[in-house]
Amino acid sequence: MAATATGTNQVVPVGVGGGPRSKNGNGFHKNGGGDGDDMSLRFSPARYRIGVSMAIGSILMLFVALTSSYIVRSASGNDWRPIAMPKVLWLSTALIIISSITIERARRSLKQNNQAAYGTWLINTVALGIGFVASQLVAWRQLVRQGVYMAANPYNSFFYLFTAAHGVHLLGGLCALTYLLVRTRKARGTIDGELRRVGAADAVAIYWHFMDVLWIGLFMLLMFWK
Amino acid sequence: MAEATHEEVHRHPAPTGFIRKYIFSIDHKVIGIQYILLALSAVLVGMVMSVLMRVNLTWPGTHIHILETLFPQGAPGGVMSPEFYLSLVTMHGTIMVFFVLTTAPQGGFGNYFLPIQIGADDMAFPFLNMMSFWVTFVGFLVILLAIFAEGNATVGAWISKLGESFAGGSGTVGPIGGWTGYAPLSALGKIAGPGQGAGVNLWIISIAIFCVGSLLGALNFITTLLNMRTRGMSLMRMPLTCWAWFTTAVLALLSFPVLLGGGILLLLDRIAGTSFFIPGGLYVSGALVPNHAGGSPLLWQHLFWFFGHPEVYIAILPGMGATSHILSTFARKPVFGYRAMVFAIFAIGGLGFFVWGHHMFISGMSPYSAVAFSILTLSIGVPSAIKTFNWLGTLWGAKIRFTTPMLFAIGFVSLFVAGGITGLVLGQTSLDFFFHDTYFVTAHFHLVMGVASIFGMFAATYFWFPKMFGRMMSEGLGKLHFWITFVGVYAIFVPFHAMGLLGMPRRYARFDEYEFLKNSKGLVMFVTVAAIITVVAQVLFYFNFFWSMFKGKIAGDNPWEATTLEWTIPSPPPHDNFAGIVPTVYHGAYEFSVPGAPNDFIMQTDGEGITADISGAHGNGGNGHRH
Repeated sequence: MAATATGTNQVVPVGVGGGPRSKNGNGFHKNGGGDGDDMSLRFSPARYRIGVSMAIGSILMLFVALTSSYIVRSASGNDWRPIAMPKVLWLSTALIIISSITIERARRSLKQNNQAAYGTWLINTVALGIGFVASQLVAWRQLVRQGVYMAANPYNSFFYLFTAAHGVHLLGGLCALTYLLVRTRKARGTIDGELRRVGAADAVAIYWHFMDVLWIGLFMLLMFWK
Repeated sequence: MAEATHEEVHRHPAPTGFIRKYIFSIDHKVIGIQYILLALSAVLVGMVMSVLMRVNLTWPGTHIHILETLFPQGAPGGVMSPEFYLSLVTMHGTIMVFFVLTTAPQGGFGNYFLPIQIGADDMAFPFLNMMSFWVTFVGFLVILLAIFAEGNATVGAWISKLGESFAGGSGTVGPIGGWTGYAPLSALGKIAGPGQGAGVNLWIISIAIFCVGSLLGALNFITTLLNMRTRGMSLMRMPLTCWAWFTTAVLALLSFPVLLGGGILLLLDRIAGTSFFIPGGLYVSGALVPNHAGGSPLLWQHLFWFFGHPEVYIAILPGMGATSHILSTFARKPVFGYRAMVFAIFAIGGLGFFVWGHHMFISGMSPYSAVAFSILTLSIGVPSAIKTFNWLGTLWGAKIRFTTPMLFAIGFVSLFVAGGITGLVLGQTSLDFFFHDTYFVTAHFHLVMGVASIFGMFAATYFWFPKMFGRMMSEGLGKLHFWITFVGVYAIFVPFHAMGLLGMPRRYARFDEYEFLKNSKGLVMFVTVAAIITVVAQVLFYFNFFWSMFKGKIAGDNPWEATTLEWTIPSPPPHDNFAGIVPTVYHGAYEFSVPGAPNDFIMQTDGEGITADISGAHGNGGNGHRH
């Protein structure tokens, strides 16, 4: 949407409408200087947040595809035989909910500039995350001992698939948490460094909450859509 | 602390070592070129396959010496078996759709120019960007492996050691199920026929890897565009190319995970004995398939096409963006109806998610859902028409500079219309019943999705080559390339419509056995000759591309007198694009022939003083009243 000019002296809407016109700065020109080096203006903490939201969007679509298949498949054959949920999954669920709380505490501590508490809550979250994975593995082992294998029944197939697919993404979250532990426990000397540190912690926390909610959703689906 | 300092100014020093600079580079420009080179390699494989298919269709039983040497089982005596032909169809489609039409427009040109056009120094996540290319590259290697795992007995024996479902060496060049890989045949393993063992496994794995690479890319594109626009670069000042890449990234982000999910289910059916897609009581090659029951083959079709339809827009939207951009530049006029163009891109992308059922009209779906899918499909004609008329409006009354990129952009419009119009035919259930699986469909999607997208990429290559390599491509060779290709593709695909009307089925290895197709021999031969000429003419392009890289005329910063940010910086651009200075944008992307301005174009960075400003006179798009 550019200029519409009919008269000769009339003219000329600069700018393509909609956006705010920028007044600050004296501009960058191919022949001229700009207002110096202000590349540090470039980093905005929203970047990590947008990035992680996009990642969540695509992971969500993956699970939409898998859970839709679950619902379609549950109606397509007469071989659908749901299993009794291993009790240990309740433990998993409890662990991941608590870990959501601890990561939130970690994030708050960081915002309040309490570096020691930040580190502690992070470690707690990692421990709970590992506990969750262990608990899921125990559930698998119990099922295998009972002779519940993946190929025996479509419900089993989906059970293993959901837990595995969620587990893989959760392991990614654990890697991210470990990164936070290793690289972001200490305050950084620069404004930009701090923005990145807080941004990274924010992003990982959002992802971790998503893992929590995703698990609860899958668990509910497996339990109630039989 | 050294690292913290770098972070503070957020500028990576230019890498010096060869590997960091050209191989594992995190510079979006290098990655873009890597994607383009990947597509240039993949398209060669795809083209050779299409020529082989044409030769077999026209002269069945031809002895092709090289095939005998490479694939003694699949082409004994150099004569390809029907299964070999089918695997060519599959691999041609898969390689072209994924590794050409998805990589070059988005990964290639998008990577290179999106950050520059919005005034950023790199992508938001450079490391992810590098990963996205290399993951895609591994996907390409795996699909190439599928060729030899099935086609070569030695490689086949080696890959068979991976497990029962990886049985290879069956004498094809990959799976025989087409690029859609319909279940249940694709889910059964080698009992389903040659190529259905290791070939399908590797095919699924390759596509799954490709999905991951594309997702990393899409995430990066969206974040970059939303977060890293420079001062003054409001959304509505962005070039339409950026809008197209953005919409494409959104489509990729939402559709590739669904294919990934489907691929995982399919692979599990094959290697873990599950029954997601395999129904009970299935007889294949005279034998009952044991140990499977209850699966839904249609579920695969839904998952596949939920991805598959957005995928065709992933292929063509960047071409639309490049075309809009290039038409405006060489018509020396603003894009007609910029805002409408933006909304049309979104409308096409959005509607694209709700029309997948039109690929499945003959699957036995309820006629009511078919009508719903049909109406939604036809409604895509509205934003498509908006775009077409706006392109024509941009050209209307313009003093057009007929450069090679402009010719290809006009060619894009022509092909988009010619191919799109049959979409209105195929989108209607009653007509699709007749045309489904005939050459009419092949004609439709090759013109609109295949060739049109490729023309968009040719236009983009000729247009941005000077910026990427600092030298112009040869105009003479470029125009010759254009005319042969333009006439050639019409000569290939227009007769396809006639063949479709005759009822000629897709994917058949030969037609000489059918009485009702006896009369079409001349047509088939004509298409083949046209195809061979067109393919050979691409040598002109490859030669021009690599020759101009070293010997082309030196290009200045702005050889086309264009307005957007990439033309404000040297060709090729320095490592961090804007040499550490943040550009400020004052203008929309298409301010050409503005009355009162000293030049017929206003750079986006030109200060406000360049023209008088009467506020409140925001127009409704260039309307052609420019004299």
